[in-house]
Amino acid sequence: MSDLSKMKVAEARDALRAGDVTSLELTEACLSAIEGAGALGAFVHKTPEIARAQAAAADARIKAGDAPSLCGIPMGIKDLFCTKGVPSQSASRILEGFKPEYESTVTSQLFDAGAVMLGKLNMDEFAMGSSNETSTYGNAVNPWRRDGDDTALTPGGSSGGSASAVAADLCLAATGTDTGGSIRQPAAFTGITGIKPTYGRCSRWGIVAFASSLDQAGPMTKDVRDAAILLQAMCGHDPKDSTSADLPVPDFEAMLTGDIRGKTIGIPREYRMDGMSAEIDALWTQGVDMLRDAGAKIVDISLPHTKYALPTYYVIAPAEASSNLARYDGVRYGHRATLASGEGINDMYEKTRAEGFGPEVQRRVMVGTYVLSAGFYDAYYNKARKVRTLIKKDFEDAFAAGVDAILTPATPSPAFGLGEMKDADPVQMYLNDVFTVTVNLAGLPGVTVPTGLDSKGLPLGLQLIGRPWEEGDLLNTAYALEQAAGFAAKPAKWW
Amino acid sequence: MSIDTQTAAKVAKLARIRVEPERLPELAQEFSNILDFIEQLGEVDVDGVEPMVSVTPMRLKRRVDGVTDGNQQDKVLANAPDAREGFFAVPKVVE
Repeated sequence: MSDLSKMKVAEARDALRAGDVTSLELTEACLSAIEGAGALGAFVHKTPEIARAQAAAADARIKAGDAPSLCGIPMGIKDLFCTKGVPSQSASRILEGFKPEYESTVTSQLFDAGAVMLGKLNMDEFAMGSSNETSTYGNAVNPWRRDGDDTALTPGGSSGGSASAVAADLCLAATGTDTGGSIRQPAAFTGITGIKPTYGRCSRWGIVAFASSLDQAGPMTKDVRDAAILLQAMCGHDPKDSTSADLPVPDFEAMLTGDIRGKTIGIPREYRMDGMSAEIDALWTQGVDMLRDAGAKIVDISLPHTKYALPTYYVIAPAEASSNLARYDGVRYGHRATLASGEGINDMYEKTRAEGFGPEVQRRVMVGTYVLSAGFYDAYYNKARKVRTLIKKDFEDAFAAGVDAILTPATPSPAFGLGEMKDADPVQMYLNDVFTVTVNLAGLPGVTVPTGLDSKGLPLGLQLIGRPWEEGDLLNTAYALEQAAGFAAKPAKWW
Repeated sequence: MSIDTQTAAKVAKLARIRVEPERLPELAQEFSNILDFIEQLGEVDVDGVEPMVSVTPMRLKRRVDGVTDGNQQDKVLANAPDAREGFFAVPKVVE
């Protein structure tokens, strides 16, 4: 295996433009890395023919002097994105065999910018999970292992395949989506960078819907610069998504100066959780010191409704999911159950959905159905929407007081073992998103950056939360943190 | 809040998901645990607070009420488990 798949997007872009490498060479290197990495369970539908054709076209564009930012860059695409003619299953049995007749806006923008698709990436079913263990394809596996221990670890979720593929250098970058932390938590578990932009930055058109008021797409990359390059190509106004923002997209990469002198960074006291590991606490303190040394002003802030973010999320997300997932009825696409003689259309719906949805998806659809049902709508759903208003106001107050960004841990722990949470209550798994879910509820941009290793050699990350629409400024703060942390560790290859 | 098996069965029915009767007690217990977790919201004073409608203060775009696409019956039906004569086919609905 050559080392070409280990390149970062910015390096590869410059090498392609200089004629030092071709997109076909990069693409072949990634395809062979993917062939050798079946044990990671990252790529679930491989598209080598499409990749080679796109690479050849990219090489021709580069030769002709027309090389947009991502021209010739081989990437992986999360299975949640509809890709024309290529299976797009959201890791669910209910979408078995579904091949969209259309292309999602985000992937079509990436392809217009010259990106090469290597295949589709594993994830939790319908993006519902924090460990990639609810996938119909089986688990994605973290390329990192604890020192001297070969226990298979989760890459996090729901964008677990994306995280695993980027961390293991199977591709140069990947797309993810984030409803409660699904880009940032797996990025932190695998030592890579991930950003969820402001709600409305990326079009949701053609991305299989989970919770429409929370879902956002974003990049998962090897560093902050690559995240800026990818985000640039992914966002922008789309008339096909009525919640997509009609705002100009700045040149995010050009904003990466690393100069954060005079910036104010808030440290929310409510994020210091009971029972938080000493290692995460120490990492957070180190992050504070790094930003202070880089010239930022550090202030303690309060986000008083933090405690209520997870329960709010577990009303709103299932409510929206129960409505969005009503479309899987066995009529228009995907799986349909075989009926016994005499069974009618309601049997078809009920059997199809029982066979097609996994246990976590069924649970969330039913919880959503319950909180929206007559008699409980006000007590649960409307109450949660009011608390959500208060959670957003907490952030607005902090920003109004002059805070530019907020620094928090990304996850309460490093990556845990696959199967370790199998017998735990579903609520225990939900706690993984405790630091990330507030950001979705408030619609804000959030980025995680790897900043250290724990005592067993596993990566840990910190999260920065920014003001709405100020991804450029946020990425610059992340860039300063990245430079100060100097995280360069890679997982030792065992797969 | 404790959910009984009857309520669990009703919710499964509303969600159009078949749940075998022997699975209902376990399901009811899971719902109860999740709802207990959600009950924390009862502590929050939301007097005078508006429920969130849109997380970003934006006015939804309007467009001309015109036809922008269509004429793709074959594509619409391409992924159907059962399509016949240009229609989605389903079990008999009306006697």
